[in-house]
Amino acid sequence: MVGIEQNFNQAELAQLARREHYTFFGLTLPYLVLVGAMIIVPIGWLFLLSFIGRDGSFSFENYERMINSKAYIRIFLTTFKISILTTLFCALLGYPLAYFMSQIPRKWANICMIGVLIPFWTSLLVRTYAWLVLLQKKGLVNTVAVDLGLLSEPIKFVHNTSGTLIGMVHIMLPFLILPLYANMRAIDPHCVKAASSLGATPVRAFWTVFFPLSMPGLIAGLLIVFVLCLGFYVTPAVLGGGKVIMAAMKISSNIELYFSWGAASALGVVLLVVTMLILFIASKLVSLDQFGQRS
Amino acid sequence: MTDSSLNISIKDVTKTYGDFYALKDVSLEVTSGEFLTLLGPSGSGKTTLLMVLAGFTNPDYGSVKFGGEEVVLKPPHLRGIGMVFQNYALFPHMSVAENVAYPQKLRGVSKEETRKSVEKALATVKLQGLGHRRVDELSGGQKQRVALARAIVFQPKILLMDEPLSALDKKLREEMQIELRQLHDSLNMTTVYVTHDQKEALTMSDRIAVINDGQLMQLGSPNEIYQRPKNAFIADFIGESSLLPAKVKGGFATIGSKKLKIAQELKKDGDFMLVVRPEKLFIANKKSRDANYFEGLVEDSIFQGESQLMVVKLNLENYGEVSLRLRLPNGSTNVGELPRVNEKIILGLKIADSYFLEAANGRD
Repeated sequence: MVGIEQNFNQAELAQLARREHYTFFGLTLPYLVLVGAMIIVPIGWLFLLSFIGRDGSFSFENYERMINSKAYIRIFLTTFKISILTTLFCALLGYPLAYFMSQIPRKWANICMIGVLIPFWTSLLVRTYAWLVLLQKKGLVNTVAVDLGLLSEPIKFVHNTSGTLIGMVHIMLPFLILPLYANMRAIDPHCVKAASSLGATPVRAFWTVFFPLSMPGLIAGLLIVFVLCLGFYVTPAVLGGGKVIMAAMKISSNIELYFSWGAASALGVVLLVVTMLILFIASKLVSLDQFGQRS
Repeated sequence: MTDSSLNISIKDVTKTYGDFYALKDVSLEVTSGEFLTLLGPSGSGKTTLLMVLAGFTNPDYGSVKFGGEEVVLKPPHLRGIGMVFQNYALFPHMSVAENVAYPQKLRGVSKEETRKSVEKALATVKLQGLGHRRVDELSGGQKQRVALARAIVFQPKILLMDEPLSALDKKLREEMQIELRQLHDSLNMTTVYVTHDQKEALTMSDRIAVINDGQLMQLGSPNEIYQRPKNAFIADFIGESSLLPAKVKGGFATIGSKKLKIAQELKKDGDFMLVVRPEKLFIANKKSRDANYFEGLVEDSIFQGESQLMVVKLNLENYGEVSLRLRLPNGSTNVGELPRVNEKIILGLKIADSYFLEAANGRD
């Protein structure tokens, strides 16, 4: 045994461990550079721009206008309303589907998953216009329904809130299902069995065991959908028909119509801050690692 | 204590998956308060049978009665059984106490009474004071104890256990075997225990039901199953054994041209197998009348801690070469005095220990 003297190979082994450390750190470097160059710098630039007024000097006018203008407040309310409703409908449609997929054999679930993913891989624009074709006044749905006598006159599905919601729910659904399904698959099926052997009816076993264990996946899915909705542009622009104006559309018009980079930036900054605030509150309300660990 | 347990009566239970018989006309009576083990290799149907008892698998046909009442059509939550799963199946979103209180909550037991029963159950499994812990803070052995406490807290009359100790390391497993057995003796619930570990089955059970290929092969006390296996599969599966094909005629058995004495009452002549357990063989210095003897060469001699294992090669006339294993408990013999590798050795097997089983009961 070596006491005070140098232990065998100690310095060399320590160096080896250090080198391994650096190598691992090196793997993250491309990502760090990318994030730095493509995200942090532009956002910082936007942030600065938002404090520059029309005359090119430092000013709060972009933010003042937002607070004072009813139009802006309405846009924010619309953005949140559409986002919350889309998230809600996604949960109502997605949870039962994810649950069904998690309970059937993996082979069949994978086939269902293809059904979820194919629209996901199709261009956003294509899907949005497809809905327009289906839902417009002389679209497929209205024509068929009227011809069959189900409707006396065509219903106005698009160029309003309902059209926007239909399109957005359809586009956002995979973002909810993917994390939720992964979570549900990881739930130990024996837990539900244990609950029923201990006397729980199937409904009771679901609500007391399965549902709480699926919460991390559900919350992750809800957050992804909600945050994506806040900044969504294409679908509300096409299916809303100019009547549903969300924050991203206002940002676009500020730049394209008015060349007002400052106003657009300020809107972007507010949207970003609000989004981060929501994520922060959500993470405080439910600590995501509280659930879901397998015993 | 009959009111704390129920007997189980299984009749003609059959379960198929396509062409595959997971269970084939299994009939079995478990008496009230008994500790019965379903023992078999993986894929033998033992777990399927347990799942039929629990209600998670419906058989194609057959009857399962708890205390005379038919339950085969009842869903699991109405069967009133306690069940312990292989991977514990604790609820990770609940604390230890909440896990154990779960069945009480379902039964609408008052808060005060629930608290008391949870404390009692945790004390029974030696986990008192750990109720506030999170499930993922527990060791494997502790998780198993929580699962057990949860299964017994509502005093079920029947307790089912599906390989509950298989995830634990050997030492802890052996401790838990004895503890589970003691727990059963104090609670007295009818217990059906599934395992593939023959030693575990021998240690814990009142009776063992050996299951293979979806069929009940033998039902008996650990002693019966070990000493008098009904067929070659059981002789091979439970304990170590060498099987030597023998012909029986006129009260004697012959292996090749070697003649062996028989003490057992065999109903007929014909093809049999001699079951040789390694611990029943002894090194013979001189021959006596009450044993059969085999001469051979020591092929290998291995120190295994509590015992010395020797592999002995016999060269039997008109039969060929065959290896027998001999196990000598450490302490009774001085290793230095044992025959060494390649030295001659004479093995003795008491006539009373020379057990023959009918070759027709063989595996093939």
